[in-house]
Amino acid sequence: MVDTAINPASGPRGPKPKKSFSRGNIILYGTLIMVSVYYLLPLYVMVVTSLKGMPEIRMGNVFGPPMEITFEPWIKAWAEACTGINCDGLSRGFGNSVRILIPSILLSIGIASINGYALSNWKFKGSEVFFTILIIGAFIPYQTMLYPIVILLREVGLMGSIGGLVLVHTIFGMPILTLLFRNYFASIPEELFKAARVDGAGFWQIYFQIMLPMALPIFVVAIILQVTGIWNDFLFGVIYTKPATYPMTVQLNNIVNSVQGIKEYNVNMAATLLTGMVPLVIYFASGKLFVRGIAAGAVKG
Amino acid sequence: MTVASDPQTQPAKRPHRLFKNLMAKLASIPMILTALVVFVGGTAWTVTYSFTGSRMLPKTKWVGFDQYERLWESDRWIISIKNLGIYGICSMILTLVIGFTLAACLDRKIRFEAAFRTIFLYPFALSFVVTGLAWQWILNPDFGLQSVVRGWGWETFSFNPINDPDTVMFGLLIAGLWQGTGLIMCIMLAGLRGIDEDIWKAARVDGIGTVKTYVVVIIPMMRPVFITSLVLIASGIIKLYDLVVAQTGGGPGLASEVPAKYVIEFMFRAQNLGQGFAASTMMLCSVVIILIPWAYLEFGGRKRG
Repeated sequence: MVDTAINPASGPRGPKPKKSFSRGNIILYGTLIMVSVYYLLPLYVMVVTSLKGMPEIRMGNVFGPPMEITFEPWIKAWAEACTGINCDGLSRGFGNSVRILIPSILLSIGIASINGYALSNWKFKGSEVFFTILIIGAFIPYQTMLYPIVILLREVGLMGSIGGLVLVHTIFGMPILTLLFRNYFASIPEELFKAARVDGAGFWQIYFQIMLPMALPIFVVAIILQVTGIWNDFLFGVIYTKPATYPMTVQLNNIVNSVQGIKEYNVNMAATLLTGMVPLVIYFASGKLFVRGIAAGAVKG
Repeated sequence: MTVASDPQTQPAKRPHRLFKNLMAKLASIPMILTALVVFVGGTAWTVTYSFTGSRMLPKTKWVGFDQYERLWESDRWIISIKNLGIYGICSMILTLVIGFTLAACLDRKIRFEAAFRTIFLYPFALSFVVTGLAWQWILNPDFGLQSVVRGWGWETFSFNPINDPDTVMFGLLIAGLWQGTGLIMCIMLAGLRGIDEDIWKAARVDGIGTVKTYVVVIIPMMRPVFITSLVLIASGIIKLYDLVVAQTGGGPGLASEVPAKYVIEFMFRAQNLGQGFAASTMMLCSVVIILIPWAYLEFGGRKRG
């Protein structure tokens, strides 16, 4: 209907179904390609900006490829960019994020997998109630729980430390991960569990010798979910850490949105790309598993 | 070890279900603590203290609904709510429309489907901070999109959403949609894949066009998927915070303030805890308003959770 004017030369001749099919395809692929441009544009602009020198950026064309490629902004973003009085670049934030990420992943996935296992194989009175609270809790805005957690962390002396943030990530990762593992363990045939019980295996024995090896794929999904989630976190980082322990996202925001000094857009974009690099690599490397992770997280949550 | 004794004696029955299994309970302590202390306890604590006059430190000086009255008299809060309303409605409609359209396009048995899907979904892997900063740069009036189009010869071209108080929320929307539509597309695509091929055959036999089939047959069939998507989008909208901080910092002026930012500012910057608690309780209320009808639709009819 819309595109009758596109090809007036061909007129109403030719086999009809095929023509309308290909016309539909033009719209289809045209739409997809145009939308793809919108999706790819920011990444492209970030990359080209980060490779330009400041004089070239001031000349204006944000979409133009760099006339002279320079890696200076990347080096500066990594090692020299200033936040407040510290001028050691994003490398510090990167280090903090790694030190937050690794224990958070181990702790949150460890606890959640045991929760899921207990919930599907060792139900006890009230276990479903706690699980329901956990799932409802996933929908409560974090803002409602921020301050009580500040008090809890102060009580145990972890406020402002990396350990405190690890604990926070473990707590808020628990609903979705527990759900993920519970559903997975529930899908394992119960006969297997029963057979192990008949053989006299206990809670931990069954977990480590039977369930854990069988659940490896879901562990990979959980790791992908957590790496991107924790790496991208900003809210908890800004509240529960102090400048020396700021994760990368918080430091990035401070670098780019700092009001002092002249804005170096190329350094800013290099810093932004550096921060986005870890989840992007995970995304492109994991492919279908990433989709599976968010689908498990989204559809059932 | 105590739990292992029972099934050995009677392997045919399944008595362990009702038995007290100590080890499972011990292993569930972190979950129980999280559920009771943090989720229930923390929420109850915040709601309770929203009725106090706490400023720098939480105090039990009860002031009734004072904090709420002050909240709803505050210009900043009203602006925040309005902004979130504009952003929320636009984001909900556009995310659903774009997400579904893209999913439908990808579902037409096209070539390079995996490539397109990868392109549409990759922004979802990025944080809101990265998203906000990238779009802040593209929408920069002096060097970004506006200056490029002017450079092409269209001197009067004006596209400067993030520095104009009237349009700043749409500047955020462009970035928010970029980041979030991929996820909804993925969910919609999974939903479309779950629809029986025979439906399409039947529609073709009846001579119903492709677009009409989507609107009249497929979309009504995908109601649960749409509801799940709506809940996801809505809970994401209420949390909107990082994007604003990174892209606009709430500016220009107060033009892009949002409730989540209001809460953080009052709790941790302005040292007016009571206001922060009251505002976060209002956020909680809005989630409850969204969730109850959904939970009713989703779980009301059937027993299984």
